[in-house]
Amino acid sequence: MYSFEFEKPSTIAEAVAALGAEEAQALGGGQTLIPTLKQRLAAPAKLVSLSGIAELKGVCVEDDGALAIGGGTTHATVAREAADKYPALADLASHIGDPAVRNRGTIGGSLANNDPSACYPAAVLASGATIRTNSRDIAADDFFQGMFTTALADGEIITSVRFPVPQAANYQKFLQPASRFALVGVFVARFADGVRVAVTGASEDGVFRWTEAEQALSADFRPDAVKDLKVDPSGMIGDLHGSKEYRAHLVGVMTRRAVAAAG
Amino acid sequence: MPKDSGIGASSKRREDVRFLTGAGNYTDDINIHGQAYVYFLRSDIAHGRINSIDTADAEAMPGVVRVFTGADFEGVGGMPCGWQVTDRHGQPMQEPPHPILAQGKVRHVGDPIAAVVADSLEQARDAAEAIAFDIEELPAVVDMREAAKGGATKVHDDLTSNICYDWVLGETDDAKVDEVFQNAAHVTTLELTNNRLVANPMEPRVCVAEYSRGTDEYTLYTTSQNPHVIRLLMCAFVLGLPEHKVRVVAPDVGGGFGTKIFHYAEEAFCTFAAKACNRPVKWTASRSEAFMSDAQGRDHVTKIELALDSDNNFVGLRTDTLANMGAYLSTFSSSVPTWLHGTLMAGNYKTPVIQVNVKAIFTNTVPVDAYRGAGRPEATFQLERVIDKAARELGVDPIKLRRQNFITEFPYDTPVALTYDTGDYNGTMDKLEAAADIAGFPARRAESEARGKLRGLGVNCYIEACGIAPSNIVGMLGARAGLYDAATVRVNATGTISVMVGAHSHGQGHETAFPQVVAEMIGIDESMVEIVHGDTSKIPFGMGTYGSRSLAVCGSAMVRATEKIINKAKKIAAHLLEASEADIELKDGQFTVAGTDKSVAWGDVTLTAYVPHNFPLEDIEPGLEETAFYDPANFTFPAGAYACEVEVDPETGKVTIERFTAADDFGNIVNPMIVDGQVHGGIGQGIGQALLENCVYDENGQLLSASYMDYAMPRADDVPFYTVDHSSQTPCTHNPLGVKGCGEAGAIGSPPAVVNAVIDALQSGGKTVDHIDMPVSPSRVWAAMNG
Amino acid sequence: MAQVSMTVNGKSVSGDVEGRTLLSSFLRDHLSLTGTHVGCDTGQCGACVVHVNGESVKSCNMLAVEADGAEVGTIEGQANPDGSLNVIQQAFQEHHGLQCGFCTPGMVMSAAALLKENPKPTEAEIREYLEGNICRCTGYHNIVKAIMAASGQDVGAIAAE
Repeated sequence: MYSFEFEKPSTIAEAVAALGAEEAQALGGGQTLIPTLKQRLAAPAKLVSLSGIAELKGVCVEDDGALAIGGGTTHATVAREAADKYPALADLASHIGDPAVRNRGTIGGSLANNDPSACYPAAVLASGATIRTNSRDIAADDFFQGMFTTALADGEIITSVRFPVPQAANYQKFLQPASRFALVGVFVARFADGVRVAVTGASEDGVFRWTEAEQALSADFRPDAVKDLKVDPSGMIGDLHGSKEYRAHLVGVMTRRAVAAAG
Repeated sequence: MPKDSGIGASSKRREDVRFLTGAGNYTDDINIHGQAYVYFLRSDIAHGRINSIDTADAEAMPGVVRVFTGADFEGVGGMPCGWQVTDRHGQPMQEPPHPILAQGKVRHVGDPIAAVVADSLEQARDAAEAIAFDIEELPAVVDMREAAKGGATKVHDDLTSNICYDWVLGETDDAKVDEVFQNAAHVTTLELTNNRLVANPMEPRVCVAEYSRGTDEYTLYTTSQNPHVIRLLMCAFVLGLPEHKVRVVAPDVGGGFGTKIFHYAEEAFCTFAAKACNRPVKWTASRSEAFMSDAQGRDHVTKIELALDSDNNFVGLRTDTLANMGAYLSTFSSSVPTWLHGTLMAGNYKTPVIQVNVKAIFTNTVPVDAYRGAGRPEATFQLERVIDKAARELGVDPIKLRRQNFITEFPYDTPVALTYDTGDYNGTMDKLEAAADIAGFPARRAESEARGKLRGLGVNCYIEACGIAPSNIVGMLGARAGLYDAATVRVNATGTISVMVGAHSHGQGHETAFPQVVAEMIGIDESMVEIVHGDTSKIPFGMGTYGSRSLAVCGSAMVRATEKIINKAKKIAAHLLEASEADIELKDGQFTVAGTDKSVAWGDVTLTAYVPHNFPLEDIEPGLEETAFYDPANFTFPAGAYACEVEVDPETGKVTIERFTAADDFGNIVNPMIVDGQVHGGIGQGIGQALLENCVYDENGQLLSASYMDYAMPRADDVPFYTVDHSSQTPCTHNPLGVKGCGEAGAIGSPPAVVNAVIDALQSGGKTVDHIDMPVSPSRVWAAMNG
Repeated sequence: MAQVSMTVNGKSVSGDVEGRTLLSSFLRDHLSLTGTHVGCDTGQCGACVVHVNGESVKSCNMLAVEADGAEVGTIEGQANPDGSLNVIQQAFQEHHGLQCGFCTPGMVMSAAALLKENPKPTEAEIREYLEGNICRCTGYHNIVKAIMAASGQDVGAIAAE
């Protein structure tokens, strides 16, 4: 690691101020950032830890029934505390990384990083969630802007994520065998006004909505409704773990399984 | 009743207590006051010409002690290869130089360009980034088939080609082999690859070296399976140091699997730098560094042909293999595809005519050398895959086809240079069929099919040549070393015993199993015997641990030394008992005069040896310490039969291992618990090779699987509980314990069982797939099903 | 440099560290608690697992400064107060759940965290929980068996396998 200055504020306001410094970077749970620093692939002058900010942590139900999760909430906490309100989301959180990673990694950190194989972006996009930052609210459809790219400005902190709770939902992840990230992950969420389907792991553009499947499932929420739909392999990731065609195929399989499991 | 101590008992491991409490002493746990840290600047391109390296800025960085480049090692020997292979024309293999730090060219990603020694590791890294170098990128040769062609870019400019050797074993007359195949009733042909693997012991390599100006002595602590071999190679061939001035210590070592056999440049560098810098130096590999600097394993491309007569008897076998050496010859690399691979092509079968052709190829990749099984997994995989394919083509039961062709009479001279001393392949197969409940498979398949899954059963046999190795034989075959081992049994005055052994334990449990043997021979409690290993200053000599050799070779030396101890102790007892030595019997730690109740205890005899009052000094020296060197008369030949049942998800191609059963014949067994553990671990690695692991380079020689993010290590949920049976036992005929070795069997025997099972599953689902290369990943299975 | 203070295995400790010092380095290099091992640099192998405030954490993936004020538990603090092996450690020895010993500290720490959450885990739950702990020696058979035994389950049937 390159040397850096370390700061651990206790309020969002202090964190925002600290992140105003030149080459400052926020540190969530560090489960991606610290390995990156160890490889010297990043060289922040200052790391601003968000782990001391109490107001970033926790899961609560808002007045309209939506679930609000603090940006600094760990995957393990979401797995425990969202289990009653949004079981599909809790189940997704309970399968990110491994237990030790889930005790440190945070939802805000995961979303800000927007790894194309991460799980949370699929849940956020399929749920039509809102990402709340220190300065604004960003709709999920506007937040993800391609691999490792988001709508966040420099120094902007995800304070919470607001999830509308669907009538039925499920996440199916097919593991990349080495990293155990999603080779393909599909989150299906059925709301009163329609179905949303978000796919992670598969596309060179990062998480995306499979709109054909959404239309078909909004009309008929059964696995068979999407069995004849095909995903175009051309924009898919092809690598040593699976070809573009394979990933495109898995999107269909995982979608059907998610629909079946969502019931 | 199972025994509770001695040979055959599942004694609990004494070393576990320190490992379970954080009290182990691994090399990275060693810190020497004043030590500096080493960081290697490694090439990020696969092939390039070094035009210049300027270290001036780096030398001026804070904390930097010194920066080294290849120029500092002009005149110093390079890394040696320990095995001279002679090609089909009687010519020696091409053997390029392998400098400690790159000279002239870089030849693989990870090839060290320079090394920085600094007060801290981060300072060394900072300085490495300040080294200015001009390296002109050259085209890389990565694919062996391309590298073998005339006109290919050469990895080593001074060699005539990228072919290290072109070697043949068995029937060298092509016409005779052609005739067998022309007259055959059926020929089955299979082309396959044996995927490149990274050994990945969980402890990365580490070196800590210090030099004493006062005594001109060096000490190197290193993560090695064989400290004496490192000392010998480093002193004699690399640095030109007197062996008696160099101590090499391999303390607790966190797994080896072959990749810690070899003498590495980092070991020589640190030893050299400790004197050059007059400071202790320490280098700890990161895992990322291990991926590009630890010798890798396997990587063969093979065409195999099996000829059968009209009664389905095997009549001929011909193989043609390209074996990847990587960019340089690692210590034992040249022997792996030849004498550890070609010699095993007979397998468990009485095939009369065999021809094995191997070309070893240099490429711009990390060097390849022995990895658990080393050559024998490659032999077993191709043979057992082609037999399975033949059975399918002929419509015969694959177990029956194997049984029909088993060698049943011993000793058996194979057509590929080995003499199997003993075995019972039908008996072992019987054990497998029972333990695996082969008869119950159809019902299990039906149950899987009811859940929408395809189920397959794969069975195969294996044989391995272990107990490496008879020095006279390997010497004829080109080894530049003897492969005996040594043990010193030191009995203390109070009767406790220290046994200094040349074998090195890095997970195998020698500290527990070896004392079981000595304690049983003398009839004392195991806790009275302690094993000392891993330190050239403490043990007489030793060739280390690999090739499932520790108990068969070093254990035999220990038995011989213990026999000498007992003989001398009997003399002392005879003196104390005023009896004839010939009448003295040793049982349960008591020396008794035969036919009388006169006896003297072990402790009294040992005390007398060191307190020699009234001692017949003219006949017996004081003290009680004996050394034996043991050189085996032959290899040992563990053999077995394995069965794997898989389920394939037809929608995703994902394979899950539902059952795995191993029936092994290891001869006699000292500690069944440890043997089970060795087999489990080997199977885990074999399943890893078959389903998950793959070391992949792109066409430019960039390592794509460069971390655990892309190199799939088997996890707990990738494997099932295994069923292991080693009740089929034909003791080795030529070593005193009748043991054969068990360390590599699981890794050798399991990959073909997995792949055979996957093919069986796909065929049961109506897919005409007859081969998928390893790793049999979901994407490959899906592609094969839809191909 | 920053001063950090924490409780490690029940003892108060402190030291001056850089911002970039990892918790694993602080334990190994500053406190000489070398039982915590480092087997990779991408956070996957789990040899470095320790407990921070009662939860399992990969200590090579956490800055020492982030553990300021925390209760940290390492393999060195797992034995019973009288020095004898605790239930999990005993089970690992009894069932040969370790070979080279390098992954073992992390395995034991993860097993302890699992049994705290789930006192009678099934085989499948154990295997899934160990996703972040890689062992290269045992093929996992005896590790899973040891954890089942440590949780008081009968492993006699597995012993026959």
